[in-house]
Amino acid sequence: MPAVPRSALLLLPLLGFMVLTYLVPFLGILRWSVTLPEPGFGQYQTALTDPLVLAVFLRTFRTCAVVTLVTVVASYMITLLWVRGTPMQRLVVEFCILIPFWISVLTRAFGWLALLSTKGIINTWLQTTGILSEPLTMVRNEFGVIVGMVHFLIPFAAFPLASAMRTVDERVLLAARGMGASRARVFTQVFVPMTAPGVLGAALVVFVFALGFFVTPAILGGGRSVMAAELVYLRIFQSPNWGLGAAISVILMLGVGGLLALLMRQVRPAGTR
Amino acid sequence: MMTRPGRLATSLAALVAVFLLMPLIAVIPVSFTPNRYLSLPDGDWSLRHYRALLENPGWVKGFGLSVGIGVISATLATSLALLFSLGIWILRPRFTGLLMGIALLPMVAPPVVSALTLYFFLITLSKFNDRIAYDTWAGVALAHSVMIAPYAVVLITVALAQVDRRLDLAARGMGAGLMRRIHSVILPNIRFGVSSALLLTFVLSWEEIGVTLFITSVNAVTLPRMMWMGLRDNIDPAIAAISVILIVVVFVVISGKTLWQRRTIAQPK
Repeated sequence: MPAVPRSALLLLPLLGFMVLTYLVPFLGILRWSVTLPEPGFGQYQTALTDPLVLAVFLRTFRTCAVVTLVTVVASYMITLLWVRGTPMQRLVVEFCILIPFWISVLTRAFGWLALLSTKGIINTWLQTTGILSEPLTMVRNEFGVIVGMVHFLIPFAAFPLASAMRTVDERVLLAARGMGASRARVFTQVFVPMTAPGVLGAALVVFVFALGFFVTPAILGGGRSVMAAELVYLRIFQSPNWGLGAAISVILMLGVGGLLALLMRQVRPAGTR
Repeated sequence: MMTRPGRLATSLAALVAVFLLMPLIAVIPVSFTPNRYLSLPDGDWSLRHYRALLENPGWVKGFGLSVGIGVISATLATSLALLFSLGIWILRPRFTGLLMGIALLPMVAPPVVSALTLYFFLITLSKFNDRIAYDTWAGVALAHSVMIAPYAVVLITVALAQVDRRLDLAARGMGAGLMRRIHSVILPNIRFGVSSALLLTFVLSWEEIGVTLFITSVNAVTLPRMMWMGLRDNIDPAIAAISVILIVVVFVVISGKTLWQRRTIAQPK
């Protein structure tokens, strides 16, 4: 056998490309985080002790947790129909999941602005029908951010949930029914536990996505409820402190890396079973 | 016989479905407003924002730029991904996990980290040349290629997993060289995967905004970048008009695809 088979050359272009365009520049970000404005770990200290930055991290964590919970529950409800509905229901639901999935994040955030802003559709309707006299503030705050992010992330949670639900053995459910369990009991005590690995997987995927996400929060949060990823953007472009922006990026990368490692450990035993 | 979801489960799912479609439907009336600000047409419908899309050179230029960048970056990313996935499939190297990890990195890293990394990369390049640099179309195409290549790797790897290895072994046994095996045996079997990868990467580049925001300012204004500018300060209803067009395109393509698939499933040869 030759030392290096010729087919190994096929791997090189993409690997070289990624190393040059991604890995090496990422080292540059690491360098920024420990050299700007002065050498040392000062920026990490700021990122982890400054009350303003800490408040942003806390808000990011809280928002992502709420978003993950709502997204997974909503996705579970719609995926149930996607996997187990009548053929017609499945088709309609598939449409409702796929169409938003393919539409740009900007269009979707804009749709929420059109619905939720003070001169938007919902407020106009509430005021013309006389239900409210003052408009409700539903965007440029955490509520708007959560709504927009949940909307963005539902399809991403639906895919892993659907594959978990498809593996449930129908005979197990029938057996539970046959032994006298009510439909609700079959669902809560048999179906949900059997899809639990999928739920955990979906939750991790959603949480990881939500952490590093900044387009929807920037539009629907309107600069009021800034999240960690948007803070990076602000520290690079608006009130520059490149070192701090880089340090927050590195922290985000480590956080996501840790969560992904968890995900891998969780997925592997399920796959080998 | 499958137990179908009950009435409660069905209505909850319907609620979520409405939630998913609501913002897409909401942009339709807004796009016909006669006003210059975000509002509903008050009985008075107007096409002025659709006309603005054609008359404002910014939108026309952004459209052209996004198509060009999309085609170039999708082609580059899919080619690199194809070679890589073929290499992994043929070779099955010992460190597949690690190699895949490097190839998929831009997909799993937080978008803002990728954006900052590519920003660093392009401003570094700017010191040496002004063609492939910060705020140039070539720089954006290069950065998009980095971001979308992992998706092409995933799709092509999935397609390769379906290929029967014995075909390749037979070709090899009959003396076909590496190029011949790839060209005459493997590629014809993954055509569909490769074309899906091209399409997906084009769409991803077409709507990319996170990275684009970091690496462009005034010259390389792609369509999403143009939309972003209209979204941040005074919300421009022209965005509703462009959104409606994009939604209609996606709707037609997805419906067409679904119908076509159902027909091909319904009428087996």
